[in-house]
Amino acid sequence: MKIAVLIKQTFDTEARIALAPGGGIEAEGVNLIVNPYDEFALEEALRIKEKIGSGEVVVVSAGGPRVQDVLRTALATGADRGIHIEDPGLAGADEYSMATVLAAALKQESFDLVLAGWRAVDDGSAQVAIRVAEILGVPHVNVVTALAVEEGRAAATMEIEDGCQVVEVPLPAVFTAQKGLNEPRYPSMRGIMQAKKKPLAHLTLNDLTPADMLPKTKPTGYFLPAGRQAGRVIDGEAAAAVRELVRLLREEAKAI
Amino acid sequence: MNGGIWVVVEARDGKPKKITYEMLSLARRIAGAQDEEVAAVLCGHNLAETAAGLGKYGADRVYLADDERLASYTTLAYTRVLADLVRHRVPRVVLAGYTVTGRDLMPRLAARLGTGLFTDCTGVELDGSELVFTRPVYAGKAYLRGVTTASPALATIRPNVFPARPPADDRQAIVEEVPVELGPQDLRQVIREVLCQVSARPELTEADIIVSGGRGVKAPENFKLLEELADALGGAVGASRAAVDSGWVEHRFQVGQTGKTVSPVLYIACGISGAIQHLAGMGSSKCIVAINKDPEANIFKMADYGIVGDLFEVIPELTTVCRELKSQG
Ligand SMILES: Cc1cc2nc3c(=O)[nH]c(=O)nc-3n(C[C@H](O)[C@H](O)[C@H](O)COP(=O)(O)OP(=O)(O)OC[C@H]3O[C@@H](n4cnc5c(N)ncnc54)[C@H](O)[C@@H]3O)c2cc1C
Ligand SMILES: Nc1ncnc2c1ncn2[C@@H]1O[C@H](COP(=O)(O)O)[C@@H](O)[C@H]1O
Repeated sequence: MKIAVLIKQTFDTEARIALAPGGGIEAEGVNLIVNPYDEFALEEALRIKEKIGSGEVVVVSAGGPRVQDVLRTALATGADRGIHIEDPGLAGADEYSMATVLAAALKQESFDLVLAGWRAVDDGSAQVAIRVAEILGVPHVNVVTALAVEEGRAAATMEIEDGCQVVEVPLPAVFTAQKGLNEPRYPSMRGIMQAKKKPLAHLTLNDLTPADMLPKTKPTGYFLPAGRQAGRVIDGEAAAAVRELVRLLREEAKAI
Repeated sequence: MNGGIWVVVEARDGKPKKITYEMLSLARRIAGAQDEEVAAVLCGHNLAETAAGLGKYGADRVYLADDERLASYTTLAYTRVLADLVRHRVPRVVLAGYTVTGRDLMPRLAARLGTGLFTDCTGVELDGSELVFTRPVYAGKAYLRGVTTASPALATIRPNVFPARPPADDRQAIVEEVPVELGPQDLRQVIREVLCQVSARPELTEADIIVSGGRGVKAPENFKLLEELADALGGAVGASRAAVDSGWVEHRFQVGQTGKTVSPVLYIACGISGAIQHLAGMGSSKCIVAINKDPEANIFKMADYGIVGDLFEVIPELTTVCRELKSQG
């Protein structure tokens, strides 16, 4: 079983967001982490490999030089091999371009499973992994909370509005991880030592020669939302405060 | 006829979801200037009646793909039907809800058509003849505006943000049945089992009122208090991650950066401190009420109304008053 895991490096969820002088988002001084959903994807890949008792887990990430950190962490956690795609041509890539490039890298080998996060918590828009599936011509199951892999098939439990459903697909296929899939492990000391010797390939667009990767969307600007103002604290003992609250909700806010 | 603004309808037991009406109103607004055609696309089985009802809400035309194999949504079958239709009729814009189905379908459709997609849009504006989409980034800490450079422009729309106009009873849409061609490639996904907990409460992302509980609720059985308040208000129940991680509530009720994004008319946060990741999921609520015993809690910095107090006293009281109001009609 050969499993690819798509990993994106993202801003820490605690990060304060400010606009950069050029109009984009200020990245200077921001703490970077592995996209939390991609941690679930990696953990699931490791568990599948452990359960089968053989196979390979390959982590793939596209981005600047700091992306190596997340790949090294993934290797320390247990992945066997990493692929780092870095190229000045990735600047200005949209979801279409990014999916085209990632799919081109995956096409160079033949994976039985591709695992990804369902959404990147930064400027992600919950579409790269699904686009990759379409470009590869394989089915996908989105927001997966349980995954059972058998010979040539997989049954994935996906979150739906008021519960879940089990969707069966033939392999190869792409699955996007939702919270609840598993509890990710941390890298061990031994893992961190071993990671230094694990292969980490560097690819450029020249190595991948993706088809048309011109973006199909163009940002025209970023803005920060108007902050919410602190409102009114209603004093008094519970019964009186509640009556006043209800009055305000009806007469002032017209919310009930 | 080429062009037009399409709305992908999501129906449940034949009844369109609220987001469908929100999108049809939005589509009418952006069609307004050029009087472009607004078309609803309805896929499923035995939906003739549903199709006929869409004209009132703003559709000029309804494309109806009726087939037994479309009775339940599966990505590949629906993508095939929509992609065929788009290639044939060439709309300018295709809108769908940022819902379980829209999140699954639209990236796949965008990739098949080789076009751009904006997800979770909170704004769609006409700038001249160009459509500008606004979507949150960094969990709503910033917003991105953008345009597509390929056609059609695809977008998923955040529920509960755009107002739905009341139906106009004298309006009717032309219902056009479209052929459904599906091959084995399109039927590779099989739904084996559906495990739903049917609830009388509205769905979190569609609810006008949400009563949400955090660590301050202290135990799973105490969520009953919140449910009673929600029922008195006809609302839904949500939770913070602390409540979910404690195992008191299922993850699908989690509001926040790694949960659901909601924009109800009223959000009542009970025993929730107001961490940045929680705010990411509910900061666009129209009115926020905080009930917390700690006057310094961060949630008070963004709540419209706050009560500093013990939720075990305040909530039952609030439920009683709301029930009184309800019985008065
Ligand atoms: C990557 C990442 C993603 C995250 N995603 C999310 C997310 O999606 N959603 C989310 O909610 N969090 C998320 N978090 C967690 C977030 O940082 C907070 O830990 C969490 O929101 C805290 O939940 P809480 O407010 O219920 O608990 P606490 O912060 O512990 O607050 C409990 C509050 O209850 C009050 N209280 C206690 N007893 C009473 C009483 N009797 N009456 C009234 N008030 C009382 C206390 O004063 C306190 O303010 C995420 C964190 C990370 C790192
Ligand atoms: N630059 C990238 N490198 C590797 N994987 C990515 C990248 N961008 C997105 N992904 C994958 O696609 C998923 C969805 O991302 P997004 O569509 O950006 O929200 C992420 O959770 C990753 O698994």
